[in-house]
Amino acid sequence: MKPDTTPQRTDDEVIADAANSEYRYGFVTDIDTDVIECGLNEDVIRHISARKNEPEWLLEFRLQAYRYWLTLTPPKWAHLTIPEIDFQAISYYAEPRQKKAPQSLDEVDPQLLDTFNRLGIPLEEQKQLSGMAVDAVMDSVSVKTTHREKLAQMGIIFCSISEAVKDYPELVKKYLGSVVSYRDNFYAALNSAVFSDGSFVYIPKGVRCPMELSTYFRINASGTGQFERTLIVADDDAYVSYLEGCTAPQRDENQLHAAIVEIVVEDRAEVKYSTVQNWYAGDAEGRGGVYNFVTKRGLCRGDYSKLSWTQVETGSAITWKYPSCILKGEGSVGEFYSVAVTRNRQQADTGTKMIHIGRNTRSTIVSKGISAGYSQNAYRGLVKVAPSAEGARNYTQCDSLLLSSTCGAHTFPYIDVRNSSAIVEHEATTSKISEDQLFYCNQRGIPTEEAVGLIVNGYAKEVMNKLPMEFAVEAQRLLQITLENSVG
Amino acid sequence: MNNDILLQVTDLHAGIESREILRGINLTIRPGEVHAIMGPNGSGKSTLSGVLAGDPHYHVTSGSATFHGLDLLSLAPEDRSHEGLFLSFQYPVEIPGVSMVNFMRAAVNAKRKYFNQEPLTAGDFLKLMRQKRAIVELDNKLASRSVNEGFSGGEKKRNEIFQMAVLEPQLSILDETDSGLDIDALRIVASGVNKLRNDNNATIVITHYQRLLDYIRPDFVHILYKGRIVYSGGPELALELEERGYDWIKEQVDNQ
Repeated sequence: MKPDTTPQRTDDEVIADAANSEYRYGFVTDIDTDVIECGLNEDVIRHISARKNEPEWLLEFRLQAYRYWLTLTPPKWAHLTIPEIDFQAISYYAEPRQKKAPQSLDEVDPQLLDTFNRLGIPLEEQKQLSGMAVDAVMDSVSVKTTHREKLAQMGIIFCSISEAVKDYPELVKKYLGSVVSYRDNFYAALNSAVFSDGSFVYIPKGVRCPMELSTYFRINASGTGQFERTLIVADDDAYVSYLEGCTAPQRDENQLHAAIVEIVVEDRAEVKYSTVQNWYAGDAEGRGGVYNFVTKRGLCRGDYSKLSWTQVETGSAITWKYPSCILKGEGSVGEFYSVAVTRNRQQADTGTKMIHIGRNTRSTIVSKGISAGYSQNAYRGLVKVAPSAEGARNYTQCDSLLLSSTCGAHTFPYIDVRNSSAIVEHEATTSKISEDQLFYCNQRGIPTEEAVGLIVNGYAKEVMNKLPMEFAVEAQRLLQITLENSVG
Repeated sequence: MNNDILLQVTDLHAGIESREILRGINLTIRPGEVHAIMGPNGSGKSTLSGVLAGDPHYHVTSGSATFHGLDLLSLAPEDRSHEGLFLSFQYPVEIPGVSMVNFMRAAVNAKRKYFNQEPLTAGDFLKLMRQKRAIVELDNKLASRSVNEGFSGGEKKRNEIFQMAVLEPQLSILDETDSGLDIDALRIVASGVNKLRNDNNATIVITHYQRLLDYIRPDFVHILYKGRIVYSGGPELALELEERGYDWIKEQVDNQ
C-alpha cells in the first residue's frame, strides 16, 4: 500500500513533542549574592550558624548531624542512576545580599520582588486576592513572609525558621528533629548539618488557620545547594492547609536540593500539605537540572489526628522523596495523593510510607505516575502495620500512564503487616493513552496536544481535586504545559 | 435541497495495514439529503466512515474525497471536524476523569479558534449546553460525568447526538447509531437527528437494519458489498432488503 495521503504528524510524533516544551521559570535573577566558599567541614557549619546568630544548642545539633553524616554513604537502593556527587564542590550557603532585614515590603530589593512576581508569587499583601500567606525563600534565606500580623492575632506563628529559632526557641527546640532524626538517612543528616532557611508554622490549640499558608522556594545562585527545613506543628484541634512551590533557573550544572519537612499533628488536629514541585528538570539530553532528595514526614501523634500529603511533581532531574505518615494516635488518618510526571531523561523514585502504630488507624494512597520520553518513573511505597495497630486499614491505588515506548514505569510496593485484624488493599494499573481516545478527541475538533493534556488531567483528576482551588488551576496548567509535545 | 455538492467521493480505495477494504467508492451528497448506507457485515461500512473522518487506523491508497470544495483527505481529523464533518461513533470512547462539560468546551473552543473567534464565555457555553441537551433529552447529570464513562448503550448514543447538536456539522455520519439501542432510545436518538436536519446539512446513516430508517427517512439507499457500492435506490430499497435479505445482492454481484 502507498503511504497515507494525509500529511499529518503521527500521534507518536505529537506525543513526543509534548514532552519537549520549554521550562518557563528558567531565568536567573541578577542580584548580588553572598555565597560562601565551596566545601563542607565543621568550620563551614560554624560559619553558617554564626551567620544566623544561632544559639549554642543548634550549632551542637548541626555538628552532631555533620559528624554522623561523615559515617554515611549516599543511598543506592532507589531505582535511580545518580552520578557521583562531589559534596565538597557545593557551596552550602547563598544569601541574596540585602542591606538589612526588610521591615516592610518597600525595603525588599525590587529585583527580588520582580523575581517572585515573574514566578506568579505576589508578595504585596493587598494584591493577594486568595487570602494566602506567603513565605518566599530564595537560595538560603527567607525573603519575606506576608500576612504575619493578621495571623499573629490568632496566635498562629508563620515565619522563617531562622526567625523562629530566635523568637520561639523553646518550640523549635522541642520539635526540631523530633519526626525526622538527623540519623534518619544520608540526606537528612546533611540537611540537619547545613540547613539554611525554610518555614516554621505553629497553629495553637483549637485554631483553624483562616488562610492557606504557602512557602515558595527558589534556587537562584549557581553552584549552591538548597537545604531548607520546614517545621509545622498543629496543636490539639487545630487545622492548617500549607502549600509549597519550587522553581529554579535553567543551568547546565546540577543543583542539589536536600530538604526536610517535619510535621507534628496533635489530638484531632488536621494538616494538609500540598506541593507543586517544578524545579528545573534539565534539558532534553539530561544536562543540568535539580537533584531533589527530600525527606518529608509527619507524625500523627494525637488521637484522631489527620495528615494529608498532596504532591504534583513535574520538575527535577532526579527526585527521591517519600512523604510519609506515622500514624501513632488512635484513629489517626494518613493520606498521600501524588501525580509524578517524568519526561526527557528525568528520573523519579517517589512514593510514601504509612506506618500504622495506633489502633484503628487508616491510610489512603493514590499515586498517579505519568512517564514520557526516556524517563524512568518509580512508585515506592511502604505500608507497615505494627502489632499494636488493631483494626488498621489501608487502601493503595497505584496507576501508571505511559506516553512513550522508551520510558519506564515501575512499582515497588512493600507491605508489612503484623496484626491480623488489619485490612490492606493494593490496586495497580498501567495504561497508555489509546489511539482511539485521541482520535475521538480529534474527531470532535480537539487537536492531539490539547487532547493529551485533557486526558492526562482527567487521569490525574483524583489527585488534582485534593489541591486547594487556586493551586489546582495552576497545577493543571503546569501538567498541560509540561506535557506539550511529549506524546510519542 | 440545492444542487451544490457537499461531498464528492471518487473511486476511493482504502484499507487497514496491507488489506484493501474499500475498492472504489463513488458517492455524491448534496445539502439537505439523507443517505443510508447498508450492507452485510464486513462490507466496509465502518471503514468508509473512518476514512472520511480521518481515523489513522485506515490508509487511503487512491481516489479522492472533496468536501465543499476542500480536499478532505489532506485535512487533519480535527480540521475535518472544524470544517463541518461529524462522526457519531459506533463505539463511543470513554475518557476517564474528563467531564463532558470540559470535553465539549475544548471542542467548541478549538473550532472557534480555527475560525479566529474568541472562546465562548462560561455563561454562553453553559447556555449552549443546556439548549442542546434538550434535543436528545439528555440528563443534566450526564454532562458532569466523565466522557462516556459508565454510560449505558443508549446514553452513549444520545451523547453522540448531543455532541452533534453542539457542533452543528454540515455532514454527519451516523455509524450504526441504532446498534445496542432499545426502541425508546432509538426514538429519542432519531428524533434528535431529525430536529437537526435542515436544507444546508446532510446525513449519512450507516445501518444494518431498516428499523432506524423508519424514523430517519433517507432520500437514497446504497448497498455496500465487498468495498463497493453495488446498488443504489430510493427508500424502497431498504424495505426490499428487510424483506429479502442481502443474499440476492450477493448473488448478483458474485455472479457478475
